[in-house]
Amino acid sequence: MNLILISAIWGIVMMFSGLFVKDKSQAKNIAIGGALLLLIVNLLDVKGISIFHSDFGGMLSYDLFGYIFLTLVSVSLLVYFLLSGKEIQQVGNHPFEYFALIFFIMSGIGLVSFFNNLLILFLGIEIISIPLYILTGSDKRNLKSNEAALKYFLMGSFSTGIMLLGIAFLYGAAGSFQLAQFQYAGDKEGLFLILGMVFVLISLAFKVSAAPFHFWTPDVYDGAPTVFTSFMATIVKVAFFVAYVNLFLNAFEGSKLKWQLAVAVVTALTLFIGNITAVYQQSVKRMLAYSSIAQAGFMLLAVFTINDMARQGLLLYTVAYCFATIGIFAVLSKMKDFTFDGFNGLASKEPLLAAVLTVFLLSLAGIPLTAGFFAKYFMLAAAVKAGTYLWLVIFAVLMAAVSVYYYFRVITAMYFKEGEGQVIETTASFRYVLLFAAVVIVLLGVFPNQLLLDWLNLG
Amino acid sequence: MVALLLILIPLLGGLVGFFLKGEKQVKTWSLLVSLVSLAAMIYGLADYSPANREFYANWLPQLGSSFALKMDGASAVLCALTALAYPLIFLSTNGNKYANSHAFYGLMLLAQAGISGVFLAADGLLFYFFWELALIPVYFLCSRWGGERRIPVTFKFFVYTFAGSLLMLVGLLYLYYQTPDASFSMNSLYTVKLTVGQQSWLFWLFFVAFAVKMPVFPFHTWQPDTYEQSPTAVTMVLSALMVKMGLFAVVRWLIPLFPAAAIQYDNVVIGLSVIGMIYASILAMKQDDLKRLIAYSSIAHIGLMSAALFVNNESGLQGAMIQFFSHGVNVLGMWIVVELIERRFGTRKMSELGGLASQSPVLAILLVIVALANVALPLTNAFIGEFLMFNGLFHFNVWYAAVGGLSIILSAVYTLRMIQKVFFGTESALSATGIQISFAERFSLWVIVAAIFVMGVYPKPVFALTQETASLILGIFK
Repeated sequence: MNLILISAIWGIVMMFSGLFVKDKSQAKNIAIGGALLLLIVNLLDVKGISIFHSDFGGMLSYDLFGYIFLTLVSVSLLVYFLLSGKEIQQVGNHPFEYFALIFFIMSGIGLVSFFNNLLILFLGIEIISIPLYILTGSDKRNLKSNEAALKYFLMGSFSTGIMLLGIAFLYGAAGSFQLAQFQYAGDKEGLFLILGMVFVLISLAFKVSAAPFHFWTPDVYDGAPTVFTSFMATIVKVAFFVAYVNLFLNAFEGSKLKWQLAVAVVTALTLFIGNITAVYQQSVKRMLAYSSIAQAGFMLLAVFTINDMARQGLLLYTVAYCFATIGIFAVLSKMKDFTFDGFNGLASKEPLLAAVLTVFLLSLAGIPLTAGFFAKYFMLAAAVKAGTYLWLVIFAVLMAAVSVYYYFRVITAMYFKEGEGQVIETTASFRYVLLFAAVVIVLLGVFPNQLLLDWLNLG
Repeated sequence: MVALLLILIPLLGGLVGFFLKGEKQVKTWSLLVSLVSLAAMIYGLADYSPANREFYANWLPQLGSSFALKMDGASAVLCALTALAYPLIFLSTNGNKYANSHAFYGLMLLAQAGISGVFLAADGLLFYFFWELALIPVYFLCSRWGGERRIPVTFKFFVYTFAGSLLMLVGLLYLYYQTPDASFSMNSLYTVKLTVGQQSWLFWLFFVAFAVKMPVFPFHTWQPDTYEQSPTAVTMVLSALMVKMGLFAVVRWLIPLFPAAAIQYDNVVIGLSVIGMIYASILAMKQDDLKRLIAYSSIAHIGLMSAALFVNNESGLQGAMIQFFSHGVNVLGMWIVVELIERRFGTRKMSELGGLASQSPVLAILLVIVALANVALPLTNAFIGEFLMFNGLFHFNVWYAAVGGLSIILSAVYTLRMIQKVFFGTESALSATGIQISFAERFSLWVIVAAIFVMGVYPKPVFALTQETASLILGIFK
């Protein structure tokens, strides 16, 4: 609860400080302070100290999983601000507002981590989505940014409409918005329940850019300012996944047999399209857009299985995927040339950056000794544990092997190809934060239990 | 404790190596590290007690995985091979210059840690970890310091092995959920009761991973290119040690886990292996490049070993396991000679060489010995292994032995042709200048020749080691 409240308040603080603080370069520092504050208040919540507590008549239900997830998100946000804060300020003339919007999104993320009621889910998703439309178009003199914003807005509203329709059907089936009511909704209203489930599933698939509802993703990620692409593709995406998993776990677990095949097909399609298309990209930014679709395919395995293992895996995924992708985007946004060739010879010019990027890419590819391996491992283990649909697991690992191609292309360019090597201006603190992220990824790859998962079991 | 040291010494040594400045320093350091591992290994063999051979530490209790190491039978033989090969590799390639040498040697030592880990791991997940960890340094080594076509070639190698090992991971996960105590430990996995149907598809998930690594026909296509393009020091690691990972995994994991499937598919595996032997031998006869020739000859030898592992009798198993060691030693000797020739003349093409013997008689004698061992002549180490393997194959099915036996004749053809073209015949303009061999190179060749003869005359100590594994597997088959 702390985080939901404080992030909304801090969003307003950010907006007003735009009025009173004349020095625009202070926006970043205020935002970093805010992110730290979010992390602290959320940790207080984990310890059981709440500033304000209400479950709004059972519409929110707090659990340790949600708190840990929000902690990880807060840390990722902090890393994101530290690495990319400067670029956020330089997007346009309204630095304070951009940060404010991000804090509002955080509030929405808080809601979708704890919702126990379809209305809250809807509210949370809209609170996340609407600021995103604005952020996408924030580079307002750039036509591509405008196009991306419009496209995102139109497609997003459409999917919101579908979600509302789905919620209406579900309400028709159970006579309530509370998630628990759908668990045993009788066979009599079976049709409504299934229709509602299908619509909600489609709408959320759109939000997490699962195939075949992914078509907006490459254009929007490519058109939006790179710093915001980074935010959208990481923190926001895993938040939608948590919403997805929470919804299916708490509302539809009982009717698992009815939807599992559909989710399996969506998962397989997403893995296939994301990985295969990423192979053909020439721009690293677009490659990352497709890679985010491919990774979404792996995270969908959590939705597909919805057991404890999968939820733990989602937490690991949050760290592994967010840290790595935010780090790569942060370096990318400092480069002029987004093509693979732009990375040629980087290792000789910037050995540290190249080494850190290599760790990130290895993690995304799921190589052992990185957090990415355990993230994938948990997803696969959860799916094998479920017992059925082993073809999906085998398909997923084959696709993971494909993903090696495009991630290693960057490594190959950095280390093995001759090139000028772009000059990347970085501050010492930027390097330290990147290094920190890389170290966390490696440590989590060796001791996932000790660092993260034991926490969950203690609660 | 020794088991842990065999991984820890090269791992830490490699990490330190990255931070050393100066080529000379890092060369001395890596040689020192490899010698310390060798010393540890010798100590382990001298004091062959469970305390030395096993190690256990908690690692991921919730996942049912632990840091468990165990050195027994075939695993001890291969650890010894690894510990022996590394100093020889470092000594014989001492004259080479590498850009960023600290990274080169650091990665070499990391690869050693990974390879030793594969030979020691007694836990499924840990095994998978090391399996991948051995691969990553080699990927960087080949792509960074290899020949002209190194990038696509290494990439193919990487994707092949990575895809294979991911399939193995799925199989491991499935097995894990079948264990009564939810554990990855080797003993729990061994006790899993599977139906023949389950075994048969799990068998293939594992076998593909191992077959790519060995490589068995038709998974071999990455191998000649990768051997050719890698820097020779890395080729030595690849062909002497890494291919043994696949063979060893068959002994330690595949057959004990899926004995019924191993019997069910023995004809398929042996058939593929025999096809590979003949096919690779014929191709080896056509090669002009020395590296490619040895690469194909290596496929033929590996084919025989993988066939012998599935014949389900003691002779075949023992022969294959002793050949693990012999093949590693022999192929190392071949590579050292190739390395010398290439460094001196800048070419590996047999058509451009010739008549080296008159200028470099010592080198010629040493190579002829290594080459004869490669053909498995009596008194050399390979004779014992190959004889036992063919004996085993013969008992399994006469026709396999007959067809596979052709490969011995073919191997004599291409090996002798190589000696003839490189060392005898008319001197080419290039080779008239002869080769100066440094002390380090001569020393490593002598060590190899000594190993060839000692093993050829007195193989008993190795048999004593492999006996343990052989009886374990035969016990499972019964």
